[in-house]
Parts: sequence; structure tokens; C-alpha cells
Amino acid sequence: MKAQKFSTATVHIVLIVMSLIFVSPLLWMVTTAIKPIEETMTATPTLLPSKFLWDNFPKAVTYGSKELGYIPFLLYARNTLMVTLLCVAGSVCSNAVVAYAFARLRWPGRDAFFAVTLATMMVPFPVLMVPTFGLFKYLGWVGSFRPLWVPAFFGSAFSIFLLRQFFRTIPMELSEAAKIDGCSEVRIFTDVLLPLAKPALAVVALFTFMGTWNDFMGPMIYLSDQETFTLSLGLQAYQSQHGGTQWNLLMAAATVVILPVIVVFFFAQKMFIQGIATSGLKG
Amino acid sequence: MKSEARIAYLFAMPWILGFLTFLLYPVLASFFYSFTDFSVLRPPRFIGIENYKEMVQDEVFWMTIRNTFTYVVAAVPLSATVAILLAMLLNTKVKGLAFYRTLFYVPSLVPMVALGILWLWIFNGEHGLLNMSLEKLGMSKPPNWLGDPAWSKVTLVMIAMWGSGNAMVIYLAGLQDIPQSLYEAADLDGARLVAKTRHVTLPMLSPVILFNVIMGMIGSLQVFAVPYVMFPNGAPARSTYFFTTYLFDNAFRFQRMGYASAMGWVLFLITLTLTFVALRMSERQVHYDRS
Repeated sequence: MKAQKFSTATVHIVLIVMSLIFVSPLLWMVTTAIKPIEETMTATPTLLPSKFLWDNFPKAVTYGSKELGYIPFLLYARNTLMVTLLCVAGSVCSNAVVAYAFARLRWPGRDAFFAVTLATMMVPFPVLMVPTFGLFKYLGWVGSFRPLWVPAFFGSAFSIFLLRQFFRTIPMELSEAAKIDGCSEVRIFTDVLLPLAKPALAVVALFTFMGTWNDFMGPMIYLSDQETFTLSLGLQAYQSQHGGTQWNLLMAAATVVILPVIVVFFFAQKMFIQGIATSGLKG
Repeated sequence: MKSEARIAYLFAMPWILGFLTFLLYPVLASFFYSFTDFSVLRPPRFIGIENYKEMVQDEVFWMTIRNTFTYVVAAVPLSATVAILLAMLLNTKVKGLAFYRTLFYVPSLVPMVALGILWLWIFNGEHGLLNMSLEKLGMSKPPNWLGDPAWSKVTLVMIAMWGSGNAMVIYLAGLQDIPQSLYEAADLDGARLVAKTRHVTLPMLSPVILFNVIMGMIGSLQVFAVPYVMFPNGAPARSTYFFTTYLFDNAFRFQRMGYASAMGWVLFLITLTLTFVALRMSERQVHYDRS
């Protein structure tokens, strides 16, 4: 029996119209990216270019290309990838360990500390911004990538929460059986729990990847040398210097920045959808 | 100490350190800084509540409060509505659910900077997709989305609505959790779509709505990247100069870190107050399954 009785045809029509609205900006971005410059300026533009200038992509991302004002996109991609991978590694390791302590071990102060941990998700980032900057300044890390990835190795409230919920669904009997077999707490964690937690760890890895790849404020605060820019920062710098002229190359650059995220999403779609649903429902 | 507890503290150690270093210390330090005059070059000097007093007089501060609240009041309910409607449409056992869900979700994946640049192009007054489509549809003078202070915030709200796919996925999961038996009972009572939506769907979904609206509110109060990319210095006529942008400028452009910290604490208090109000107001409306 149906939950709601819309007529099927109406539902499809509305959904198709909505899909078009949601997708057209992205389609327009891609078709603009492969257009010759003249065709982005006409009063009667066509959806598809007269000739497909795939050449715009290498033009947009090549260091030293005049059209893009010497913005080294490949270097920025390398910087971004490095920071992102370090964050993913740090986040998966630290949050798994910490969530295990919250979900499977007994220690004084655990529940109170967990409540405080959840409450910290309410603290707006701008409150933390100035002292955190001061701290990294004191350490002499401003201008390096360290302020962007080192904190990932110390856990984050959201991921701890997500993994804790997952660890709690695994029956305690499993740990107890392993203990009777002589497993230490560390062995139970590495050999019994971790293999089972792979899907949840993947969700944490995905969210961390997205968050870091997309981060704008962090790089803007800590990176000042052009050579160290991330893609977001580089794209913004390019746009503020040369924006509004060569839309085709700008759109090609934007496409290149978006593409990895979309590709990762398509490979991990199911995990994503489940991860988002759990994080938003169990709050 | 019991050995289990000792091992547990070792396991929890990264977060204990992270919590102390990257949360507790900054929160306390920024509270202290909010009573000081300080920049990267000068050490903090205690000045009492001067920063807060100045804020009351600061016209730019109040302007950013007005801009931010206008944005939050429009963007949060409108994107929640879009998300819930899309989720309800997808929950009708429609064929191709996974396909549609992907299409609606993908926009919320787009990195903020690329998103801002993409929309600059769509909203472009002369060659933008939106205005050219509007002209084709017969509108002779479509709005100047990016250059007119009356439209700039509308532009940002529309972008927020475009990114509601993330919330939609959550609402859809919430809808799928509603037991079919409730709808069957409503059918027996002869309830029609509107009645079922009002008396079954929305009450059952209300905890999810509450949680997501609160999170959306907290996020929108901190709106920063997209306006920063699209509207340099809050142009046009400072209509897109938001709270966090002003805070950021105080901290890193004007070198007024004490004032920025005070603003941070004000934002924190606003967030807490609004969350508290939302929770109180919803006490009667939100239905929690007590089974």
C-alpha cells in the first residue's frame, strides 16, 4: 500500500522538473568549460558549444598558461591532496580509538565526558578561531600545512559520535568471547572490532575527505604563500584577480575542483547516503 | 586503578588532548581575549568590557546582525521546506528513486568556492543562464541579482535552497522509518493526503525536522565562504556583509583580535539562545516515540 497517494504521473513530472533545476547549473558549468570564449559572450547562447574545446581543461590547469594568470593548479591539487590524505588518515585512526573507549570500555567520567563532547558540536568555529591561530602562531606553524592536518589526529566530536553509535551495535559477547580466549583489550580492538567497523570507518573517511577538500576558511587563515595554496584558495584568488572575463577557463577550473568530489561520491554512494541518514537521525 | 580504566584512558587520550587543546583552551582563551585589546603584534591588554560596549555602538556590527538574521530567517525554513517536499515526493515508491536522489544530492557536494564561482556565472546579469532564460520566458527586465542590494540576499537564499539535498537525504531516511501501519490506520479512517501529511507524516518526522533545523540555523549563522567569494567586501552596498565576515575581517584584516573574540562570544550566545528557544517552542509540537 502506498504511503501517500499522489498520482504517479504528477510525481514524475514534478521530479523531472526539479531534477532539471538542480542539475542545470552543473551542466551549464561543464558546457561553458568547453566553449570557445566568443560563445560565452553572445546574446543568444546555445547549450552545446559549436566545437568542443577539450583543450580548455589543460589550459585552465597548466602552470604558466597566460590565460589563467599563472595560477599553478596542479601544484594546488597536490597541496590539497596531501592535506586531505593526512586528515583522512588522522581522522580514521584517532576517532576509531577514541570511539572504542567511549563505546566498549568502562572508565570513570566516561558518560559525562561524552555529553560534553556532544555539546562541543554547538561551539561555532569563529569562537575558536583567534586562540587557535595564536596557538599555531606560537608554535611557528602559520604558513605551513600543519595547522590544517595536525588537529585531525586528535579526533573530532562528530566522528567520535558516529563511530561510537556503530561500535555499540556490535554485541558485547563478541568482546567477552575474545577476552576468554586470552585476547588483550588492544587485540580485541584491532582484530575483532576494527574489521567489523570498516563501513563506519569508511563513512568517517568520506566525510573527512569532503570536509578537508572543500575547506576554505582554514587555508585562508593559515596559508599566505601562493606556492602553498589549496585548490579552493587558489580558485578564489584567481577569481578575485581575473574573474568575470574568461568564463570558459574559469568554469573549466571549477569543474576540475569539483570532479574528484563527485567521483568519490559515485564510488561510495551507498555509504554516503547511509552515513548522512544516520548522522542526521540519531542526533 | 583498574586495568580496564587505565587502557580506556589510553584509548581516549587523543581526544582528551584534542579536547583540551583545540576546544577547551580556545573557548576559555577567547573569553579572556574578549576583554582585551590585542593583535598579532601587541600582547593582550586588559580593557574590561570596552569591546562589548563598543559593539553596542558599532553600526557595522548591527548591520551584519541584521543581514545575518535576514539570511537565516529566509534560508533555513525555505531550504528545509524544499528538502522535506523532495523527500516526500521520493517517498511515494516512485520508480528511479536512487537516480533522483543522486541528482538532488550532488549539488550539496560542490565545494564552496567552486559553488560561488559557478553561481556568479549563472546569475551574471548579461550572459548568465538565469536571466537569459527569464528573458526568453518574456520577462523584459530580469533582476540584477548580483548588483542590486534588494536581490543579493535572495541570490544567496536560492543558492542555499539548491544545496538542500543533504537534508533531503536525512528527511527521506526519516520518512522511511515511519511505520506503514500508521498510514493504513489513517486510510481506514478515510484520511486524505493533506490529513495524512498533517497528522501522521509531519508529527512522526518532527524530531528529525527539529534536529536539522537547529543544525541548519547554527550553520547559516556562520555563513561565510559563498558570500565571501561572490560578493567582495559585502557588495552591493554591504547587503551581503555577514557576521562571520566582519568577525574574520576584525581578526585578520583590522588586527583587532580582542574585538573579534568578543564577537565570537556574542555569536556563541546567540547560537545557544536560539537553540534553547527552538527546543522550548517545539516541546509541544515535537512528537517523540516513547516506546
